[in-house]
Amino acid sequence: MVRPVEVAPPSDDKRWRIINATMRRYGYKPHALIETLHAVQEAFGFLDDASLSFVAQRLNVPMSKAYGVATFYHFFSLKPPARHNCVICLGTACYIKGSDQMLKSLGEAYGIEEGEITPDSEFALLSARCVGGCGQAPVAVVDGEVVSGLTPDNVVAMVREKINHAS
Amino acid sequence: MHREEFEQIVQAERDKHRAYEHHINVCTALGCVAYGSEKVVDALEAEVKERGLEHKCKITGVGCLGLCGNGPIMKTEPDNQFYQSVKPSDSADIIDHLGKEPVKRIHLPQNSPFFIGQQRVVLSNAGKIDPEEIESALAFGAYRALFQAATEMTPTEVLREVTASGLRGRGGAGYPTGLKWSTVAKMDDTIKYIVCNGDEGDPGAFMDRSIMESDPHRILEGMAIAAYAVGATEGYIYVRAEYGLGIQRLKKAIRQAEKMGFLGNNIFDSPFSFNVQLRLGAGAFVCGEETALIASIEGQRGNPRPRPPYPAMSGLWGHSTLINNVETFANIAPIILNGSEWFAGIGTKKSAGTKVFALSGKVNRVGLIEVPMGITLRQIIEGIGGGIPDGRAFKAVQTGGPSGGCIPQEHLDTPVDYESLRELGSIMGSGGMVIMDDTSSMVSVARYFMEFCMDESCGKCIPCRVGTAQMHELLTRFVDKEATEADLELLEELCDMVSQTSLCGLGQSAPNPVMSTLRYFRDEYLQCIAPAQEPA
Repeated sequence: MVRPVEVAPPSDDKRWRIINATMRRYGYKPHALIETLHAVQEAFGFLDDASLSFVAQRLNVPMSKAYGVATFYHFFSLKPPARHNCVICLGTACYIKGSDQMLKSLGEAYGIEEGEITPDSEFALLSARCVGGCGQAPVAVVDGEVVSGLTPDNVVAMVREKINHAS
Repeated sequence: MHREEFEQIVQAERDKHRAYEHHINVCTALGCVAYGSEKVVDALEAEVKERGLEHKCKITGVGCLGLCGNGPIMKTEPDNQFYQSVKPSDSADIIDHLGKEPVKRIHLPQNSPFFIGQQRVVLSNAGKIDPEEIESALAFGAYRALFQAATEMTPTEVLREVTASGLRGRGGAGYPTGLKWSTVAKMDDTIKYIVCNGDEGDPGAFMDRSIMESDPHRILEGMAIAAYAVGATEGYIYVRAEYGLGIQRLKKAIRQAEKMGFLGNNIFDSPFSFNVQLRLGAGAFVCGEETALIASIEGQRGNPRPRPPYPAMSGLWGHSTLINNVETFANIAPIILNGSEWFAGIGTKKSAGTKVFALSGKVNRVGLIEVPMGITLRQIIEGIGGGIPDGRAFKAVQTGGPSGGCIPQEHLDTPVDYESLRELGSIMGSGGMVIMDDTSSMVSVARYFMEFCMDESCGKCIPCRVGTAQMHELLTRFVDKEATEADLELLEELCDMVSQTSLCGLGQSAPNPVMSTLRYFRDEYLQCIAPAQEPA
C-alpha cells in the first residue's frame, strides 16, 4: 500500500479538517479526487491553486490531472463566488417559456453578461442546463433556492427581492 | 434478520400508520417546495396541534404526487382527496373537511383527466411514504422483494424473472435488462460492481430526480436485488450534484438501510453482502454515457471510451460492472413481488411495463406522469396534459432531450414505445416530454439543442467536437435568416457524418434534433434561406 504523502494544508483554517476527513474516508486513493474537490468547493466556495495543489499532492495525482478534472466539470469554479448568485435555468421547458429573455433582462439590470460577477463581487449571473424544475418553468435558483413564477418583466424585481430578503 | 423479525417490524409500522384516523400527505419534492409546500406542512401541523388532534391526524411530507405545475399538491387519506395550489391559510378548512366533502376551491377531483390512463408502478409509493423515514417505506412494502430474493430465490431464478418480465433499460436506449444482468452474472470476475446512473442530464427531464426524492429505498432495493442476481458486492449511485434534495434523501436512505441491515454484510442472515456508496457528478452531460460515468466515479475527467469492451466485461476499475438507470432499478422490486407475467402484461409486447414521463412546456397540466407503454402521444398531451394553454395550437412534442427529436401533429396517434419513437426519428430517452406550441420556432429549437451538445461535447473525438460547432454555426445562420441553399446541403451532410462517426452516444445522437426538425418542419428552414443576391 502506498503511504499517504504528508502534506500540510495551505493554511491553518479549520475547514481543512473536513477536507482531510473526506480524503481519509477514501483511503487517500486517487479516485477520491472529485469527491474531495466537492468538499473543498463546499467549504471554501471555489478551488484556488493552493487547494488544488494540496489535494493533488495528498491524493498522489499529478497537478495537471487535478486541474484537468477541475476545469472539465462545470460545477467546479476556479474563481471566488459572489455574495449572491442567480442561476437561470436554460433547460428546454424553461427555454421555450422565455428564460433566455430573463437572462437578458438580468444582464442588463446588473450590467454583466452570463457567467460574470459584478465588480463589487455582490452578484453573479449564471446559467444552468436544467435544474429539473421543469414543472415550474421558467425557474431560477437564487442563492440555492428555486424561484418560480418568473417572466422577463418581473425577474429583476423578483431576484432583487429574494436577495434583499436574504441579507 | 429472520422472516418473523422482518414481518414484525413491517406489521408494527403498519399498525402505527393505521393508528391515525387521517393522513394528510403534502408533497415536499423540489417542485412543490418551490411553491412553498414546507410552509403548508408547518401550518397544518400547527393547526393539528392547536386542536389537539396529534394522535388522530398525521401530517407527512411525501414525495411527488404528480401535478407539479399546480403545486403545492396534497392528498388526504383515507378520504383519497387531492388538493392543489394549497396555501398555509387553507389549513383550517382542510382539517375541518377531513372525512367530509372536500374543500371545493382547492379540490382536484379524482376524475380529473390528469389521473385517467395513468398507472403507477415505479411511483407506487411516491406520495404515500415519507422518503426520509425507512419505517414509513417498510409499512408500504419496501425491502420485501429483497427479502424474498435473498432468502427464497436463487440468483438464477431472479435473473429468470427479470428476463421474462421483458423490462428494458429506462435510460433511453431500451437494452433488455435481463440480458444485461445475465452477461454480468456470467462473467468470471472476483469483484463485480453495480452502478446506478442518476446523472439525469437531459434538459426537460426530472423523472429520476422525483424517484430519488420520493422513494429512495426503491432504488437501493433494486440495486441490492441486482447485486444478488449477478454476484456483486459493491454498488455506486452516481447522482448529479445539482440534485441537492435527492442526494440528501439518498444519503439518509443508505444510512437507514444499513442500520436496519438491508445493506451491508450478511443481509437477512444470508451469505449475501452488498454496500452502496454515493458519488456526485459535477455538471457534465457526457457523464450520463456509461463509460464516461465510470471514468467519473474513478475520479477522472468524464471522457467516454470506445466499446467494446462493454462495462459488463470491463467497467469500473477494470471489473465487470452492471450499469442501469434509476428508473430501471425502481422497476425491479415490483417485478419480484408480483412476478414477471404481471409486468409483461402491462404495456406492449415489445415494450413491457410503464414509463415515467416529465411533461412540461406549453401544456395545461405540467407534471410527472407514469403511463403504460403503448399509450398514444395524443392521450398523454391532450388527455393527461389537458392540451395547449392560451388557445394556441400544438406544434411539436420533443422527446429524448438533446438526443431525441421533435414529433409533429400528424404523428400524435403513435403509440409510445421504443421502436415507434425511433421510427419517427426521435427516441424514448429517459422520459422528458416538452410540448411546444405554434410560437416556438423549430429552427431555433434545433439550434438550442446543438448549442447544448456543442458545450457538452467532451472534446475527445473530432466529429463531435468540431462537427457540433460547425452545425451550430450553420444553424445560427438559419436563425439569422442569412443561410443559403449550400448551407442546407452542408448541414444535412454534417448531420450524417457526425451521427455515423462520433465515438459515443452524445455525438451519435447530437444531430437528431436537427434531422427530425428537417424532416417534419423543412419549410421553416427554407423560409430562413436568404433570397439570392442579384449579381452586381
